Amino acid sequence: MLEINCPYCGPRFETEFSYGGEAHIERPKDSENLTDEQWGDYVFMNSNTKGVFLERWVHTSGCRRWFNVARDTVSYQILAVYETGAKPPKLDLRNDV
Amino acid sequence: MPARFRLTQGGLIDRSKPVSFQFNGKVYLGFEGDTLASALIANGVHLVGRSFKYHRPRGIMSAGAEEANALIQVGEGARSDPNLRATQIELVDGLVASSQNCWPSVEFDVSIVNNFASRLLPSGFYYKTFMWPASFWMTYESAIRKAAGLGKAPEGPDPDSYDKTFAHCDVLVVGAGPSGLTAALSAGRAGARVILAEQDNALGGDLLSEADAEIQGQPALEWVEGARAELEGLENVRILTRTQCYGYFDHNFIGLMQNLTDHLPQNAKPASLPRHRLWKLRAKQVLLATGAIERPLVFSDNDRPGIMLASACRTYVNRYGVKPGKKAVIFTNNDGAYAAALDLHKAGIHVAAIVDLRSDPEGPMTEQAREAGLRILGNHAVIATAGDKRVKAVLVAPLSEDGEKVYGGGEKIDCDLVAVSGGWNPTVHLHSQSRGKIVFDDDYACFVPGTPAQESVTAGACSGNFGLGACLTQGHDAGIATAAKTGFKAKGRKRAPPKAEDRNFLPARWMWLVPGDKPLGHGGKHFVDVQNDVTAADLHLALREGYRSIEHVKRYTTTGMGTDQGKTSNVNAIGIVAGHFGCPIPNVGVTTFRPPYTPVTFGVFAGRDVGDLLDPVRKTPMHALHEHAGAAFEDVGQWKRPWYFPIAGEDMHQAVNREVKACRDSLGVMDASTLGKIDIQGKDAAEFLNRIYTNAWSQLKVGACRYGLMLGEDGMVMDDGVTSRLGENHFLMTTTTGNAAPVLGHLEEYLQTEWPELEVYLTSVTEQFATISLAGPNARNLLAELTDIDLSAEAFPFMTLREGTAAGIPARVFRISFTGDLSYEINVPASYGAALWQTVMTAGEKYGITPYGTEAMHVLRAEKGFIIVGQETDGSVTPFDLGMDWIVSKKKDFVGRRSLFRADMSKDDRKQLVGLLTDVPEQVLPEGAQLVEKVEDKPPMKMLGHVTSSYHSPNVGRSIAMALIKGGRARMGSKLYAPLADGKVVTCTVTGVVFYDKEGERTRG
Ligand SMILES: [Zn+2]
Repeated sequence: MLEINCPYCGPRFETEFSYGGEAHIERPKDSENLTDEQWGDYVFMNSNTKGVFLERWVHTSGCRRWFNVARDTVSYQILAVYETGAKPPKLDLRNDV
Repeated sequence: MPARFRLTQGGLIDRSKPVSFQFNGKVYLGFEGDTLASALIANGVHLVGRSFKYHRPRGIMSAGAEEANALIQVGEGARSDPNLRATQIELVDGLVASSQNCWPSVEFDVSIVNNFASRLLPSGFYYKTFMWPASFWMTYESAIRKAAGLGKAPEGPDPDSYDKTFAHCDVLVVGAGPSGLTAALSAGRAGARVILAEQDNALGGDLLSEADAEIQGQPALEWVEGARAELEGLENVRILTRTQCYGYFDHNFIGLMQNLTDHLPQNAKPASLPRHRLWKLRAKQVLLATGAIERPLVFSDNDRPGIMLASACRTYVNRYGVKPGKKAVIFTNNDGAYAAALDLHKAGIHVAAIVDLRSDPEGPMTEQAREAGLRILGNHAVIATAGDKRVKAVLVAPLSEDGEKVYGGGEKIDCDLVAVSGGWNPTVHLHSQSRGKIVFDDDYACFVPGTPAQESVTAGACSGNFGLGACLTQGHDAGIATAAKTGFKAKGRKRAPPKAEDRNFLPARWMWLVPGDKPLGHGGKHFVDVQNDVTAADLHLALREGYRSIEHVKRYTTTGMGTDQGKTSNVNAIGIVAGHFGCPIPNVGVTTFRPPYTPVTFGVFAGRDVGDLLDPVRKTPMHALHEHAGAAFEDVGQWKRPWYFPIAGEDMHQAVNREVKACRDSLGVMDASTLGKIDIQGKDAAEFLNRIYTNAWSQLKVGACRYGLMLGEDGMVMDDGVTSRLGENHFLMTTTTGNAAPVLGHLEEYLQTEWPELEVYLTSVTEQFATISLAGPNARNLLAELTDIDLSAEAFPFMTLREGTAAGIPARVFRISFTGDLSYEINVPASYGAALWQTVMTAGEKYGITPYGTEAMHVLRAEKGFIIVGQETDGSVTPFDLGMDWIVSKKKDFVGRRSLFRADMSKDDRKQLVGLLTDVPEQVLPEGAQLVEKVEDKPPMKMLGHVTSSYHSPNVGRSIAMALIKGGRARMGSKLYAPLADGKVVTCTVTGVVFYDKEGERTRG
C-alpha cells in the first residue's frame, strides 16, 4: 500500500485516495473541431508508461482535493507531489527504468 | 509419569506444569513450553499426517515455520483452524488436534493406493486433466476433491473477535535472534522508535535450540534475558512476540499478525483481548533479521516419519527436552550437522552413523564428533530407507568420484531417526517480497539478499552471515545505521558489539540430488516438495516435456506452491533443474516469494467489520417513526428506505396498490430525505451548472427549479435530479440517493482540474435536511394548514420554490413532482424531520394521508414515464436513447456533449426507451426479460433488448412496462415477445412511455 503525501493534509494511506489516471491531459476546448478519433483519444486513451508517470490523485476520504503525483511505475516510488495546474517538477528520469 | 521420550532433564519447558491435550482422539500429556510437535514426539507419536497426493505416512520434519508435513487441524466446530503447523502450535491445556488429509484415519488411509498408482499421477496431472474434455473433468473432480484438500473449514461463524491496528515506527526489526536483538538494542539505545517482531513466544531465535552457545562469556540465553530486560526498559521499543510478519508491501508497509490468546486455555482467555490482531505498520526503516532455514537432502524415500532436519533434532533435544528417536543416523553434506550428532549423543541417543557426502569430512564439529568416537562414513550416501509409519533402517553406500552413482549393495543400518542437513537457506522471503534482488552465493550455495528495493537492510543469517559472532556484530551495526537514517545518532561512547564464537557450517559438498540404488523414477521417491508430493522425477519429467522457465516448472509440477510456500523445497528444486541442464544455478533463476510468509487467519482481515459493523447504515431522521408504522425497508446504497407500509394482513402487492391509489386520489406522503443534496455557491455557479448539465441554467430565475441530466464524458447518462436557484449565486442540487457521493466527486473533479478559473464552492448537505414529499390532489389543502407561504397556483407555480415555515419550522418548499401529481417537497433542518412528519400525519388524517415507500414511488413515476437512473440506464444509454432530446442544449458545451455526436450515436438500431403493454392486461412482465421479434423453438434467438421497469398500475388499471429496444421508436404499435425461462412467451405491444395523464395537467394544477 502506497503512502501518498497529500499536499494539503500530509502523508496518508493509499486507501484514503482515489486514482484519476494520467495527468496533464487538458479537456479540449474546441471539441467541435475534433474528429471522432481525436475525441475518443481524449476520453478513453491513457499512456501506459513504464517508468516515471505523471498521474492524478484525489484525497477522497480527506480534503477532497485533486493533485498530481510523479510516480515510478516500476519501483512505485513517488518522486514528487504537486498541485493541479502546476508544471511538473524537473526530475532526473535517466535511472528510473 | 513423564512421557516415554522425555529427557530426564534440560529444555526450556516447565516440568511443574503438565498440560493435557488430545490428538486424533487420544489424550496425551506434555508440559508448558512444549509445541504440539514436541509433545507428540515426547509421546513417541511421529506419524501425524498423510501426504497430499500419494497419502504416504508423514511425520514431523522440522521444528519451526518451515514445517511442510505436520499440518494439523486444531479445534472443533466453529473454533477450528486447518493447516496449522504442529511445530508452531503452543501446547495448551485442552487442545484438541487432529491429522488432516487422511481418511478414515491416519493409521489406515484408503488413498494410499495413490502411492502405488503414482504412475497415473505424473507431474502436471491436474493440468493434463483440465485439458481433457469437460465431461472427463466432471468425473474426476469429486474423487480428486475427496482425496485431496488440506483440512476442513470451520462449521459455523467464527465466535472469536479479531482486531486491527495501525502503527508507525522508525525501525522495524523482524526476528529476535542474535542479530535482531543486537539490532533492536543499538537502534533502541539511539532513541529510535523500534518495533521488534518475533514469531516465536520467546526471544533468542536459534539460541533457544543451542545447548552450549556463549555470548560475552556467559550462557547465550542469559545474555538474551539481559537483552530482553534492557529492551523492555526502553520506552521507545515495543516487543511483539507471537507476531508473524507475513507480508512486506510497497513503501515499507508491513503486515503483521499477532497471536494474543491461542496459547491460553479457553477459560483463561481475557475477554478484553482479541484472538489475533492485524498490525498495519509503516516503518521508516526495515531491518530483516529473519535467520535461515535448514535445507533437506533429496534422497530416495526421504519422506518417512522419523526423517527430520538436523537442526530440528537439536531443537527437540535442547529446547524441549525430548528424544526424537532412540537410534539416529545423521545424513549430511556439511560440518554443521555434526553439532546435531553431538547433541543427540550427549542426550543419550545412540548415533549409529554419520553418513557424509563429503569425501574427506572435516571441520571443527566433525573433529569434535571424531573425538567423541562417533562413526563417520565419509563419501557415503543414504541410498534407500525402509519403514512404513516410521523409518526403521537406511541403506548406505559409497559414492562414485563424481557423486553421480553409488557402489555396491550398501550397508543396512537400523535406526528410528534420520537427521538430515543439506546446508542452509537464508530466509529472504520478506526481502524478496519487498522486490529486493536476491543473488546466489556460491560458497554457501544459497540465495542471499542483493540490493534492497526499499528502505530496508538485512542482518545475520538472513543476509548470509552464519557465524554467531558475525550475526551479533552485523545486527549491532545495522541497528546503529538504520536508526541514524531515521535521524537518531548513537549517543556517547561507541559501544562494541557483544562477542561470540564465529563458526559456520562449512566446509560442505553440494549435491542437489543424491543417487539411489535404482534409476530416478524406478522405485523409491526422491521428494523435493513433501507438502505437494513433488519428486525429482516429476521435475525431470517436466523438463523432458519442454518446460524451461523455473516459474513454469514450478506451476506445472506445483513444487513450492503449498501453504509452506516451498520454504524447504524451492532451492533444492532449482538445484535439480540446474543439474539437469548442467548450468550454474543463477542461470535457472529463482521463483518469486509471495505473501503470506505463513498462512494468516481470515478473521484478522475482517477484524471488527463483520455482522452489523460490516457497513455503515444510514437512517433518516424519521426512521424510528417508519419502524413504528411497520414499514418494510429496502437498502438503497447504505440508506434504509421504507419500501412499503403494509397495514394489517396486506401483502406487498396490496400495500403498494393502496399507496399508489392514495397518491392519485387524495394524499400520499413520503420520506425523501435520502436524496443527495449538494449546496452550490459562488459567482460562477450558474456557468458551472451549464457545463455540467446537458441543459441551460443561466436564465433560471431565483426561486425556480429545473430538472437536469448529467452525462459522463462518454455521453452516457450518469445522474439526474432537480436543481433549484436559491439566490443569484446559490443553487441546491439534488441527486439520486445512491449517486450522491459519486456526483459530488464528479463535480469536484471538473471544478478543480478542468475549470479552476470558476469560483464555485460545493458542499454536501444531504444529512443537514429532512425532506417530506406530499403528493396527491389534497397536497395543497394540507400544506395550506401548516405554512405561511401563499400556495395559490399563481403565487407558487410548478417548478418553483418558496421559503417560509411549515408547522412553525423554517422550511424550503419546492413545488416539484416525481409522481406526476400535485406535489410539494418540504425541506426542514434534519433535527425537525420527525416533528414535521408527525404533524403532517396528524393533520392529514382527514384526507386519509397515506405514507408510501419506494415501490409505490417507482410505480407512480413509471405511470408517467419518468426514468430512474440505474434502472432505465446502465452506463450505455444516452439522452437521445431515452427520447430526451428536449433536454440537450445545442448552444453550449457540456460534459459529454462531443460524445453525443460520434457517428455511432446516430445509428438507427441503438437501443431506445419505449413503453410496453402486454396483450393480457393482468400479465406483468418480469424486469430484465429479453424481447424478440420472432420466437424460435429454443435459444439462441435474436434479442432486441430488455424490460427495464415493469409494474401493475392500479391507476391505469393494467400492467405497464418500459424497455430498451433496438430501434424501438420505429416499432410503435408492433408486437414483441418475451420468451421466459419457464418456456412461457409473453406477447406485448410497443407504445410510448407515458401511461397516465399524458397532458400533465395533474402536476401543474
Ligand atoms: Zn488531503
